[in-house]
Amino acid sequence: MALRLPERVPGLPVLALVLLLLPLFLGNEFHLDIATQIALIAATVVGLNLLVGYGGQVSLGHAAFFGMGAYASAILTGTYGWTSIPALLCGALLVAVLAWTLGRPILRLKGHYLSMATLGMGIIIAIVINNEGWLTGGPDGLAVEPLTVLGAELSIFDHYSLLGLEVSGAMLWYGLAALLLLLAVWIAQNLVDSPIGRALRAVHGSEVAARVVGVDTSHYKLLIFVISAVYASVMGSFYAHYTGFITPQVASFEHSIELITMVVLGGMASTYGVILGAVLLMLLPQLLTDFQDYEMMMFGLILMLTMIFMPKGLLPTLSEAVRRLRPRPATTPASGQE
Amino acid sequence: MNQNVQQTETSRDDTARLTPLLEVRGLGKAFGGVHAVDDLSFRILPGEVYAVIGPNGAGKTTLFNLITGLYQPDQGEISLKGEAVQGLPPERLARLGMSRTFQNLQICMNMTALENVMLGRHLHLKRNFLAALLRWPSLRASERTCRAQAEELIRFVGCGDYVDADAAAMPYGALKRLEIARALATQPSILLLDEPAAGLNSTETAALEQLIRKVAAGGITVVLVEHDMKLVMSISDRVLVLDYGRKLAEGTPREIRDNPDVIAAYLGG
Ligand SMILES: Nc1ncnc2c1ncn2[C@@H]1O[C@H](COP(=O)(O)OP(=O)(O)O)[C@@H](O)[C@H]1O
Ligand SMILES: [Mg+2]
Repeated sequence: MALRLPERVPGLPVLALVLLLLPLFLGNEFHLDIATQIALIAATVVGLNLLVGYGGQVSLGHAAFFGMGAYASAILTGTYGWTSIPALLCGALLVAVLAWTLGRPILRLKGHYLSMATLGMGIIIAIVINNEGWLTGGPDGLAVEPLTVLGAELSIFDHYSLLGLEVSGAMLWYGLAALLLLLAVWIAQNLVDSPIGRALRAVHGSEVAARVVGVDTSHYKLLIFVISAVYASVMGSFYAHYTGFITPQVASFEHSIELITMVVLGGMASTYGVILGAVLLMLLPQLLTDFQDYEMMMFGLILMLTMIFMPKGLLPTLSEAVRRLRPRPATTPASGQE
Repeated sequence: MNQNVQQTETSRDDTARLTPLLEVRGLGKAFGGVHAVDDLSFRILPGEVYAVIGPNGAGKTTLFNLITGLYQPDQGEISLKGEAVQGLPPERLARLGMSRTFQNLQICMNMTALENVMLGRHLHLKRNFLAALLRWPSLRASERTCRAQAEELIRFVGCGDYVDADAAAMPYGALKRLEIARALATQPSILLLDEPAAGLNSTETAALEQLIRKVAAGGITVVLVEHDMKLVMSISDRVLVLDYGRKLAEGTPREIRDNPDVIAAYLGG
């Protein structure tokens, strides 16, 4: 399929190079800030793509897991004085258990029912975050402590010396986000290329075929639901520490739609495609600041247009076009009918 | 007395040989008012090539779906190697050595030919989650072996040109054989083929016949649903004729050819 071209290019080193050189082209701290946020969201979407793109299961409630990770980190570090990493892990564990518990009944459903169930789940979690003000700060939001790693605080307002160089906290945060994105891609590709990933793609390709060769399809659907939820939770935790302030918006239905639109626009089952999707859709609001009120409409429109005119998504469609331009070796003549 | 002992042993040997690999007793499945499979009983011996024939709508595919766990029977029992298996899901039956292909191809079009066959190795692979996540050397080694085995199977079924092709780009005849390769990758003891020659030209059908012979020679019991009578008659040890979900006749190809009921049903229908 069209998805194979970008995968054959050694994608990870290229992505690493792009992330390394990018700061040279970013004019100011504001651009660096956007790039950092994009990297964190892109990593989330790489995880969501495992479920939606490779596994063929639609989730319209993924922001809820992102929000749970963000709030777990904010609350555990702020209210209870935990350090960042244990708080992050605790949030991820919580999300894993919740995803597993909810996923078991939900993933038996197919198609629209699955979308509806994940949508409902997301909305309920968002409502809980909104209403339990004593814990979450409610609609006003919650300030988040800076990230602490090995006893050291990483704040975007500080400067650090690294190998004798003076580096801004913002730049270090960008580096961390870039590393997280690379790690997210590496793990996702490892998974896709393993027997587990094959079983998962088979669930999408032909569930019946997968079952008759012995694949316990419900097990794999549940597994990937939990994994993609944990991706979202972990990135939510980092996002909370990075921005220093979170509101229920991070867990909202609108945010879920943003995430799924990134997957669909960029290209389902294409890891680099969905990163491109994240970049484009995160930049869009920056370019269209006058249209803030219409953001949801824009996302809806993009989702619709992509599905109608480019169902494979941006990157797979582009790489297919590139492949068509190249001379092809003669193909074996087709035999048989149908 | 000596002679007596010997006789008992011989007959015991005989029964062992004749223990059916697959036995179906009183199997029934209805859809609304249609009895797709109706009070059907038969036994398939290990190593046989057993054909199931009958007009369209006779219930052949439904029978396969019942045997492989895709449908739940309304009545009756199915036993595999002496173990009751009716009602078990397909993924459990695969562990017991059941494998099949489909009349309407079930190929994962989002994967390559090679990956489709590697999928067939699923149950034989280490599926350690952490090893997959971190790409441990043990996993890479087992993937390499799996790849080699899958390639060999693809060549075995005669699709050597398509190893790295996307399934979606392969011609129909090659996909039919690819599906057999995937089924073989599970190392089944019994393989059910639903109309493997449908849509194939005569050269391809001849190649398919050779392939089925090779599979059977490898000790795999083959159950075959097929409309191509020349193929059925030349390859099968025994033939079951279905009509409206019921057994019309069962026997060797010669017996079936000479059976007046079968002649009447086929010429009449
Ligand atoms: N899933 C189903 N739902 C309803 N009717 C079915 C289903 N599967 C098969 N049938 C019916 O059962 C009968 C047998 O069909 P089938 O097993 O496909 O026959 P064959 O494979 O011998 O052509 C037909 O009348 C068919 O319409
Ligand atoms: Mg049929």
